[in-house]
Amino acid sequence: MNLDFTQIVPYIPFMIEGIWVTLQFVLVSILVGFLIGTVLALFKIGNIKPLRWFADAYTSIFRGTPLILQLMIIYFAIPQLTAYDISPFLSAVMAFGLNSSAYVSEIIRAGIQAVDRGQTEAAHALGVPYRQMMIDIILPQALKNILPALMNEFITLTKESAIVSTIGYLDLMRRSQVVGAELFRNFEPLLFVGVLYWSMVMVLTLIGRWVERRLNVGD
Amino acid sequence: MLVIKVQKLSKTFGDNQVLKDISVEINAGEVVSIIGPSGSGKSTFLRCINLLEKPTEGKIFVAGQDLTAPKVNVTKAREKIGMVFQHFHLFPHLTVLDNLTYAPIKVKQIKKADAEDKGRKLLDRVGLADKEKAYPNSLSGGQKQRVAIARALAMEPDLMLFDEPTSALDPEMVKEVLDVMKDLAHTGMTMLVVTHEMGFAREVADQVLFLDEGRLVETGEPNAFFDKPVSERAQDFLAKIL
Ligand SMILES: Nc1ncnc2c1ncn2[C@@H]1O[C@H](COP(=O)(O)OP(=O)(O)OP(=O)(O)O)[C@@H](O)[C@H]1O
Ligand SMILES: [Mg+2]
Repeated sequence: MNLDFTQIVPYIPFMIEGIWVTLQFVLVSILVGFLIGTVLALFKIGNIKPLRWFADAYTSIFRGTPLILQLMIIYFAIPQLTAYDISPFLSAVMAFGLNSSAYVSEIIRAGIQAVDRGQTEAAHALGVPYRQMMIDIILPQALKNILPALMNEFITLTKESAIVSTIGYLDLMRRSQVVGAELFRNFEPLLFVGVLYWSMVMVLTLIGRWVERRLNVGD
Repeated sequence: MLVIKVQKLSKTFGDNQVLKDISVEINAGEVVSIIGPSGSGKSTFLRCINLLEKPTEGKIFVAGQDLTAPKVNVTKAREKIGMVFQHFHLFPHLTVLDNLTYAPIKVKQIKKADAEDKGRKLLDRVGLADKEKAYPNSLSGGQKQRVAIARALAMEPDLMLFDEPTSALDPEMVKEVLDVMKDLAHTGMTMLVVTHEMGFAREVADQVLFLDEGRLVETGEPNAFFDKPVSERAQDFLAKIL
């Protein structure tokens, strides 16, 4: 056995900092994904055909190609086509945000459609306009249906985020590789960030359960 | 004064004609019971009156306004028409009081404090003053339906539609809901009630509409209708259920 964790000790703060770097862009990405995903979901359930087509095509493209390809295209193609030198952070947020909005839109669509039709009818019968009904009546109830799936998406995103290391973004994954290269030992730093990823996922899972409980007050 | 005038109303789902050429007039303060076999189009008829279903043909006037006119503001028109559903459809994420005040505040732009005063009075009227902070899922069926009636009344409608308001209730809760409806009838509210409660129809209604296979087969004053139905269809129907 040739394992020596003492060597990575000086690098621990450097690697732990990666948690924040990773969380930072995952948070921004999930927010972008949630906002765009909500709009796409509303397109999908709405009556305007061109918007419905657009949302379906969008979803199909982003779910039908590898995320790493989308990331590369955004990172390499945008500078080549527009001469705009896009930063790794912005590329990562765009790729993850746009990609996750495709998944999130499906989650939200299903969540909205799972709300009892009677709710819509009751709101209609009271003269509540469509927009207000969506915001105050349907979406809050849909949110309860979709929260577990949404939290799953958040967790998936946190784990998948490791691929941004391929474009040189100094996230948790990348940091373990940097440390590995300096020490000529890869196993220990990899194992260490593995534990960090796992802890992050556990914390997110617990937060998800807590929020879910809070949302269940009416039951 | 006429509150509802329905002229030659027809409704088709796909190639299934559910309502056929129905014409009815209902005066302010009248209580009208709609009865008929399952699938005869009672709910569809009621739902056409607040445009939850779009009529295929014919005209519907409510308080003088033609709801079937091309440019009518459907959402606005519905403010004046209360509806109570078989399965209540309360908003589960809002407290009882918020269920009552939501539409008045958001739709009619009434001040929150005023809406709450009004809401509490209505809850008191349906015997649920102590439930304002409860969530709908903690209530019994009869309580839910009384909240649903109060919620509709909070919009101060010109007329109220009821679609089998007691059919989803346990037998011991039917009375509390019917009592609230009777009180409401006595205040002069115009009411259209789809019901299987023949006792209620006979006692409270001014007019009975009998639907069968989408047609308005017979209308009449309740005692006459129940004692001496004219049409064979109505005779068969009453023979089966009474
Ligand atoms: N949204 C719809 N799409 C297609 N068909 C429908 C729809 N709503 C009702 N129908 C059909 O219209 C007919 C009349 O239905 P409706 O619900 O009005 O009857 P009802 O008299 O209220 O019956 P019940 O006593 O069972 O409630 C039925 O054959 C039903 O299947
Ligand atoms: Mg019905």
